[in-house]
Amino acid sequence: MKKKDLRIYKHPILGDMPEKKKIYIYFNEKKLTAYEGEMIAAVLYANGIRKLRKTERFKKPRGIFCAIGRCTDCVMTVDGIPNVRTCITPVKNGMKIEFQVGLGKWKKKIW
Amino acid sequence: MEEKDLVIIGGGPAGLCSAISARKKGIDVLIIDENLRPGGQLFKQIHRFFGSKEHMAGVRGFIIGEKLLKEVKELGVEVWLNSIAYGIFKDKIIGVIKDGKNTHIKAKSIIISTGATENPLSFPNWTLPGVMGAGACQTMINIHRVLPGKKVLMIGSGNVGLIVSYQLLQAGAEVVGIVEIMPKIGGYLVHAAKIKRFGVPIYLSTTILEGVGKDEIKGAVICPVDENFKPIIKRKKYIDVDLICIAVGLTPLNELLYQAGCLFTYKGYLGGLVALHNENMETTVENIFVAGDCSGIEEASTAMEEGKLAGIAASEKIRNKKWEEEKEEIRKHLNDFRIGTFGEKRKLSKEEIIKEYYERIKT
Repeated sequence: MKKKDLRIYKHPILGDMPEKKKIYIYFNEKKLTAYEGEMIAAVLYANGIRKLRKTERFKKPRGIFCAIGRCTDCVMTVDGIPNVRTCITPVKNGMKIEFQVGLGKWKKKIW
Repeated sequence: MEEKDLVIIGGGPAGLCSAISARKKGIDVLIIDENLRPGGQLFKQIHRFFGSKEHMAGVRGFIIGEKLLKEVKELGVEVWLNSIAYGIFKDKIIGVIKDGKNTHIKAKSIIISTGATENPLSFPNWTLPGVMGAGACQTMINIHRVLPGKKVLMIGSGNVGLIVSYQLLQAGAEVVGIVEIMPKIGGYLVHAAKIKRFGVPIYLSTTILEGVGKDEIKGAVICPVDENFKPIIKRKKYIDVDLICIAVGLTPLNELLYQAGCLFTYKGYLGGLVALHNENMETTVENIFVAGDCSGIEEASTAMEEGKLAGIAASEKIRNKKWEEEKEEIRKHLNDFRIGTFGEKRKLSKEEIIKEYYERIKT
């Protein structure tokens, strides 16, 4: 596994990080390595990306705040769907994650 | 519409324990949880729990979580994951978004064990990336195993602030300090001692003035306060940090209880507004029970006991039977936990809640 990121590979209580299947996701065209079961925001933070979106009115940056899907600070556009809570959404191979401005735009129809 | 004897909303320590005790009484149980895995916040608790041996003291939180999940599975409790209970309607009909689809389920009895949410603290730039709840940070390091920052400032020296600071050290981060606005440490001294052994300073009578940074946190300004909690500005100090964690308490997540029509009371020592309940954890709405942090902020150990109590009490009504001795035993355990400076106050608050329940249920 790549050691240069911010993942905690060794831990005194939890032990070594279990081996997981390697996959790839894209953040604004940038290819990132992820492991199956990881949450989107965790992969971004592991790569030093903490600015996930900008607010609608004041264009202020936001990152992870609650990490359990309650606060919606971490919402991004995922595979064309805006406002996805990235701290509780697991990655999928080939997933396209986009920085979101305001409420985002629908790029994909689900209905 | 599907019908169930007992529906438990929230599969954390309280919910899992109530499911186990009710299932053991032969009750048909369904747990609804919005997460992809049950266990609530147990899996991020990697420290050993307090209490007596029989309550799994000395066992780490996530091990207790695994044990409870195994038991729930073996007993055949039905669990709906990725399911958000958004409302409780007339005749105990629960609205649920299950896997993104709307559905309804009718229950004879409901236990609400939705837990709590972290309190925010506002200061200039508190919305920047790099400011997060201490519990959020704990989720990042112990569940997702990613360091959200390398140099950390912790706000608040309650047990959460102390424990998460220690766990940040275990995860390889540098904790540059803990600020506490009160003149003394809020949490247990055992936890504080561990932090101090690592040389982490705990700044008492000190607050945060602002977070510093444009796009994300690059530093913080901390400042001592006088006896009226007013910052002594000339003594303010800049420190280099890339992560600020907020550990200033929790608030019960009680929207569903409110919507169901339960009566509330305000208890500061229990985190704010809580639903009135009797000695069986039953709220002022018959057959709606409450357990764990959403009935007042305490600890996972008490949440598990309250869960068991609610599970048995709900089963009694469904089966029309009495298990008074078992319940009395659990109440004894709860009292054993509610000791010490913090525990005593919570115990008193809980007693007041029961008293007020009987006063207001009459009217």
